[in-house]
Amino acid sequence: MEPLIALRGVTKSWGGAGSALALAPVDLEIGEGQFVCLCGPSGCGKTTLLNLIAGLESPTSGAVTVRGAAVRGPGPERTVMFQESALFPWLTVQRNVEFPLEMAGVPAAERARRVERYLKMVHLWRSRDAHPHELSGGMRQRAAMARALVGEPSILLMDEPFAALDAQTRDVLHGELERIWLETRKTVVFVTHNVREAARLGDRVVMMGTRPGRITRDLAVKLSRPREANDQDVTTLAAVIERELKIEIEKVIREELDDAWTPAGGGLPGAAGRDLGGGI
Amino acid sequence: MGFLALLVAIWAVASRSGDRFLFPGPDDVAMALRDNVRSGLLPRAVGRSLARLAVGYSVSLVVGVALGVALARVRWVKDTLGAVVLGLQAIPSVCWLPLALLWFGLGEMAIQVVVVLGSLLSITLATESAVNTIPPLLVRAARTMGAKGARLWLRVILPAALPGIVSGARLGWTFAWRSLLAGELLFISGGLGQVLELGRELHDMALVLGVMVVIVALGLASDHLLFGGLERRVRRSWGLDRA
Repeated sequence: MEPLIALRGVTKSWGGAGSALALAPVDLEIGEGQFVCLCGPSGCGKTTLLNLIAGLESPTSGAVTVRGAAVRGPGPERTVMFQESALFPWLTVQRNVEFPLEMAGVPAAERARRVERYLKMVHLWRSRDAHPHELSGGMRQRAAMARALVGEPSILLMDEPFAALDAQTRDVLHGELERIWLETRKTVVFVTHNVREAARLGDRVVMMGTRPGRITRDLAVKLSRPREANDQDVTTLAAVIERELKIEIEKVIREELDDAWTPAGGGLPGAAGRDLGGGI
Repeated sequence: MGFLALLVAIWAVASRSGDRFLFPGPDDVAMALRDNVRSGLLPRAVGRSLARLAVGYSVSLVVGVALGVALARVRWVKDTLGAVVLGLQAIPSVCWLPLALLWFGLGEMAIQVVVVLGSLLSITLATESAVNTIPPLLVRAARTMGAKGARLWLRVILPAALPGIVSGARLGWTFAWRSLLAGELLFISGGLGQVLELGRELHDMALVLGVMVVIVALGLASDHLLFGGLERRVRRSWGLDRA
């Protein structure tokens, strides 16, 4: 069966032809209803990958298809949530959530019904008349979630949507997102650099590396839902992912800093006998 | 308000100690104002000036916003007109008057040219920078929600730029007002500027000061009525000012 989203031999470079690849040839298939986390250090191309699926950027070579059709620009069946809410500051929460429906030409009565349903789903119905700047960061992301869902897309693309929130709010929103996902069964592609978040949410964790951006490992997560952030299984899985990614993360740090940096726990190179009792 | 009263009191005392003819007190000025309001000279002049301002400023606003948007978003407009706009901004508006008089004669057209050229470019530049500083994320988000073409403009880009455009429009208003008075003072018949000149010719210092008071009052009132509330409301609902 044709997967819902398919990337075949997709590359992306920011310069002209012949410049370094931001994304090496990537093949990825995502089936209907999956919750896929893209996880990797900064510069691994995970956001680029998401933008390619969103149609906000086009691949340098290769093909991105959704239901077998090539992606040409953004479309209503794929909505995006960003790290910042990107709510329109001049509109109330209600009008913000209504916006995609207006763009799609949905009749007013139906718009009102849908806006109410999704604002209640994210528990923001009481704040519907507030402007975005009157809301906390967590509430803004709830509103952005309602806005992403209201058009009833089949694919929800999320680019580190909770990265700017404090840990407690993030935990709550993880629970909300999982609940909504179980309710609506969207296909979710969730970009994060937070391994715990990936382990907490994903059915599948796709790990990525840098220079050039590429997929290093594709891990199926077989944990029951709903999950808890402090589940032993989630913690264990996060540790596994972290170990896998560590090599890549060290590569990034080494490039950003300089060669004098040594990874922790490695001891002094060539000085096994002079470790000052570090092994005691 | 209390501070204003204090200033008037100081003025009254100061005028008593000097030459009443060259430095009339607030009572003389009030009397001159009353006489000239009764005779209809001042109301006519104010009406004339405001009517001119309304026409010239409207043209400036429409053309200035359109030009500013074009400069910000259309590459070839920026490449061609961008430098011209910046260059022309260096010319004080009243310097257009000799040219306008020769081209259009001593009439309404000449003064409108001065008013428009005096305010247009500041509105254009403010609009350009307002559109240029829209967070790109808002436009990206709008595109993922199916906004494009004219609807992207009307529903996203212009509203997002509105606080900056309103500030530019406010600035443009004061420039239009100054250009108008300079033009009227120098050459054009009718309007407040001419009454000011008339006062000088008649050595009627009370009238001169009276007209200046009227200019200040009109400037404050129009700024408050037209823009004060609008700008505050826009900035507040855009979340730029804490309520």
